[in-house]
Amino acid sequence: MINMYEVSETNKMIEHENLDVRTITLGISLLDCIDSDLNELNRRIYDKITKTAKNLVSVGQDIEREFGIPIVNKRISVTPVALVGGAACKTPEDFVSVAKTLDRAAETVGVNFIGGYSALVSKSMRESDENLIRSIPQALAVTERVCSSVNVGSTKTGINMDAVRLCGEIVKATAEATKEKDSFGCAKLVIFCNAPDDNPFMAGAFLGVTEGDAVINVGVSGPGVVKKALEKVRGKGFEELCETIKKTAFKVTRVGQLVAGEASRRLGIPFGIVDLSLAPTPAVGDSVAEILEEIGLERVGAPGTTAALALLNDQVKKGGVMASSYVGGLSGAFIPVSEDQGMIDAVQAGSLTLEKLEAMTCVCSVGLDMIAIPGKTSAGTISGIIADEMAIGMVNQKTTAVRLIPVIGKDVGEMVEFGGLLGYAPVMPVNEFGCEAFISRQGRIPAPIHSFKN
Amino acid sequence: MKKCIVTVLGKDTVGIVAKVCTYLAENEINILDISQTIVQGYFNMMVITDVTGLKKDFTVLCDEMEKLGEEIGVSIRCQREEIFEKMHRL
Repeated sequence: MINMYEVSETNKMIEHENLDVRTITLGISLLDCIDSDLNELNRRIYDKITKTAKNLVSVGQDIEREFGIPIVNKRISVTPVALVGGAACKTPEDFVSVAKTLDRAAETVGVNFIGGYSALVSKSMRESDENLIRSIPQALAVTERVCSSVNVGSTKTGINMDAVRLCGEIVKATAEATKEKDSFGCAKLVIFCNAPDDNPFMAGAFLGVTEGDAVINVGVSGPGVVKKALEKVRGKGFEELCETIKKTAFKVTRVGQLVAGEASRRLGIPFGIVDLSLAPTPAVGDSVAEILEEIGLERVGAPGTTAALALLNDQVKKGGVMASSYVGGLSGAFIPVSEDQGMIDAVQAGSLTLEKLEAMTCVCSVGLDMIAIPGKTSAGTISGIIADEMAIGMVNQKTTAVRLIPVIGKDVGEMVEFGGLLGYAPVMPVNEFGCEAFISRQGRIPAPIHSFKN
Repeated sequence: MKKCIVTVLGKDTVGIVAKVCTYLAENEINILDISQTIVQGYFNMMVITDVTGLKKDFTVLCDEMEKLGEEIGVSIRCQREEIFEKMHRL
């Protein structure tokens, strides 16, 4: 039988160490909503989402109450809209009407974000993909809850540099379109390489076409719990350090698995995966940077940071995999700047640079995430940064992503407030040497030699 | 059997156990195990209960116990056992 020590350990994690389930994300396929008439398409999308997700929020709240575990977000991901809207949407403006429908449906069912305003163009773009991508700045400016992503490369296909070039322009245009709100639109736009079909985390969540009609994916959290556990093994060897991370990750993931199973049963929707990512928030004591500092760095960004992150990421996976029946999504440590107080502090102290963050993305799941850069940065330079990050993903056979915010009207050292879980960030310097001649080349970078495995 | 763990934390005072147990009995909740300690004047209790016979919704029980805690001046949490079982048992 459960003893008092175990009960108090769990409750201490919840009350003092920010243990929570970060998100229950309901994936909804919109493939059966496809129609050549735009009004009919919008009607079907609204009906399908509001019907399928009707009880999502209330079920989430019941689970929170009964188990005493906070579930921070209840969200929805849908089939990439470029595929669903292709038959009906002939212009970028047509796609914006679908974005508005998604926003309205999300508001009706009470979720704060809906992901899947996306295009998958890792090899090349169809006309509808390009129309959707060109509609992103307006779509993100006129909606509140819609999140967008573009997959521009993969290990199997190489990198679609035409899409990379276009995405640099789109990131810049999104920043311009939302400049009254510190270019907030860019916080809802992710450029991917090797994007997973079952990612529950925003802003990059969408439901891939290999998925079923509806699925429950859960993202766990718990940087604070790992940090507290590591305080007890200060000065100890790597073996004890790694064992501690693994055991903690196991416990955190078990909670995610429990919540996923309950949500799936109560909603009558199959369980998909648990995403093992350590997801920080701007709250004190909920930071991945603080874990790295606990491992032994004076500040994140110091020499040793990449190695410490590689170790952390690997042990989290090793501990988490056994705790869940199906693991998927991004599953790694997130290193966003604005959403992690320790990262923000490291940038302000001059320890963490864009280049070091790029090195860190070689060993963890996501990429350059929630980084504010000067508004004057050119679209070509943004495309160059995207291309570098995509190359890391392509060659290392892993997901990488870019979520940069070129803050219009702000320059290095100024602060940007996004609010809530998205936090705040100091504007970071970008290498000002150009790459226009490279970015303006047409076509794609071929797939790497090690992708030919057959 | 559906089990629920009730934890009570707060400044020690007269009648905490009595009030909590009375509420449980009134709601046909059987007590399976109780552990209780006092550390530096702070009352700390864990009750393992069987809520199979509970007539009301479980979330209502959680709310009512929380309210009872406020009346006594302690914090009362009511959680289904699975969260502990999952985390600490293979």
